[in-house]
Amino acid sequence: MTSSSMNRPSEQHPAFPKSAYNFAFLDEGSKREIRRKTLKAVAIPGYQVPFASRELPIGRGWGTGGLQLTLSLIGRADSVKVIDQGNDDSVNAVSIRKLIEETSGIATTEDAAEATVIQSRHRVPEEKLNGGQILVLQVPQPEPLRHVERKEQITRRLHAEMDYSAIWLTLYESVVKWGSITVGADYPVLVHDRYIMAPSPIPRWDNPKLHQAEHLTLLGAGREKKIYAVPPYTNVVPLQFEDYPFEIEHFVGKSCRRCGSAHTFLDEVTDGETGEILHQCSDTAFCAKTIERRESHVASIQA
Amino acid sequence: MAYVAVTGGREAIEKASELNHYYRLKESEEGLELGSIRKQMRLLIDKVMGEAGLYAPEYAALALKQGEGDPAEAVFLLRAYRSTLARNHVSRVTDTSSMRIIRRISSSFRDLPGGQVLGPTYDYTHRLLNFNLRSEGAEDIRAFMDRFAPAEGGPKLTEEPAFRKVADLLRDQGLMPPMKATLDTEPFDVTRRKVILPASRSARLQMLARGETGTMTALAYSSMRGYGSVHPTIGELRVGYAEVSIADPYGAGDPDDSLYLGEMLVTEVETINSFKQNEATGEVHFVMGYGLVTGQNELKAIAMAILERSLDTEGTAPAQDEEFVLTHIDGLESTGFVSHLKLPHYITFQSSLDRIRKAKGERERRQADTEEEKEDDEQQHEPAVGAAPGVS
Repeated sequence: MTSSSMNRPSEQHPAFPKSAYNFAFLDEGSKREIRRKTLKAVAIPGYQVPFASRELPIGRGWGTGGLQLTLSLIGRADSVKVIDQGNDDSVNAVSIRKLIEETSGIATTEDAAEATVIQSRHRVPEEKLNGGQILVLQVPQPEPLRHVERKEQITRRLHAEMDYSAIWLTLYESVVKWGSITVGADYPVLVHDRYIMAPSPIPRWDNPKLHQAEHLTLLGAGREKKIYAVPPYTNVVPLQFEDYPFEIEHFVGKSCRRCGSAHTFLDEVTDGETGEILHQCSDTAFCAKTIERRESHVASIQA
Repeated sequence: MAYVAVTGGREAIEKASELNHYYRLKESEEGLELGSIRKQMRLLIDKVMGEAGLYAPEYAALALKQGEGDPAEAVFLLRAYRSTLARNHVSRVTDTSSMRIIRRISSSFRDLPGGQVLGPTYDYTHRLLNFNLRSEGAEDIRAFMDRFAPAEGGPKLTEEPAFRKVADLLRDQGLMPPMKATLDTEPFDVTRRKVILPASRSARLQMLARGETGTMTALAYSSMRGYGSVHPTIGELRVGYAEVSIADPYGAGDPDDSLYLGEMLVTEVETINSFKQNEATGEVHFVMGYGLVTGQNELKAIAMAILERSLDTEGTAPAQDEEFVLTHIDGLESTGFVSHLKLPHYITFQSSLDRIRKAKGERERRQADTEEEKEDDEQQHEPAVGAAPGVS
């Protein structure tokens, strides 16, 4: 079907008749509630603030917490970047970005340096974020203690009393059983010596980017109805033992097959024909920027 | 890797959307009529409206058409639409004892005032495929209607009950505690505030009323079967139209100043459970379980009455655990999270790969160490040189 052919159902019935909905989808009362809860979250770094959480046109568990934060924050002058697994063009990132565009009409970008709000699932961009920028992370399970205590009523108390012995014990058991801490992504951190926090399933590689950062990080869990935050210049320290320190992922001797970078988080890609395992940057926009810079540098030398 | 590593996400989504339309419409001459869905898929409409928490038969029919008949998809569409609506009013307390009933049964008493009104139910029909429906046409429908429900002199399909509820009869005999005074206070709204457990009663009832029918049935079944202690008798099950009104926004605040909005079909179940002694008064009473859902959805109303009661009992069964029941019965949340597994997860998987390689290396190193020690002990040989290969 060509783009000029008529009678496409999507054209007959536009998915989103803008005039029927408020700017950025949610009604102003809902957005105000979310912003108030966000302010509280910023005031108490790492503390999970409950909020009502509205149902959105995308699935619960697919980024509705992050999306509600983004929708409540954006104004007409903002520029939003949306990534999933570091990728701007991943289907879920496209879907979320499209919803933001259609309901607000604001500008979007793939450049992490240009964006005022960056909504992300599972990654913090490689490029250092600056003051004034807001990183919104989508969170599936906001409770770092959930796998040691399944009841919310009890985990609330454990946080209040700073009783974190159970989670330390699981780390210790992991060392005894496996010889190292086996937590992969979503590695628990202590925020400013007070709350243990789930940083969302970002790789351990990204944890240091939250520590004493210049930017504000907001975390939203739509299904679990929680908002929490890491304000700028906050200590974010991964849980670790003196003799078994926190480790980021190893990519020793490996580099991106596209931009050649050896200092980024790499995805493993298996070549369909040769079966060879290759690596490439997970942050696709950063990868493209690196290539572009190198090419313009080469061009300037040649010129 | 293909669906994310390759660029072209936007195009892929657009094509997928067109494919949806294709599969929805292929081999069809004309689109499904909303009116037919609404009227002939009555029970599905009722289920979807209840789980969506939005009483709008027309929109429910639209959602079912758009979602190719998947109830979960239809509920999703209605819930998302519901998020954009302002909440302007809270209704007055609805008096279900005066609702116009189309069906009313009791399994506690054979002869009860007002009698058993079977109404529309499949309970006693044999579940045999009716092949005549394959060729059901306009003429058949007309013929049936002329015979069963002629324009004049047809049967009375609803009844305004002049009789009392079964629970009231038991109250008269002192077998159930007297009803507490009806409080016309604004209920907790679970769509506007996060429920902090333990939940208030109004929050609990709302969450149960919006729960997914299948999930609630399974949990109620578990309680009846052995994982819990609730196996009630149905005091009364009513299906009928209840009047909904709000406080007159221009009224002077007189509690009788109400604006009538209309009626909605609801199913109400009151169950009678084992009796217990009131600690304060020493009186012995049956305990009631209560279920109220929109539309005719008897299974869910009964399940709700069981769970509502079950949550007030002490014990270790899942159906007695408020947090377990209330956080897992919402269809939108459970379907959303289970289906999110379809999203790419390779960052987290990459991170686990890194850890398993490290743990494997560690294990091999340890094994090598132990073997060396054994060899040392047994043969007094020099230890082998070189450790097991690590990950890095």
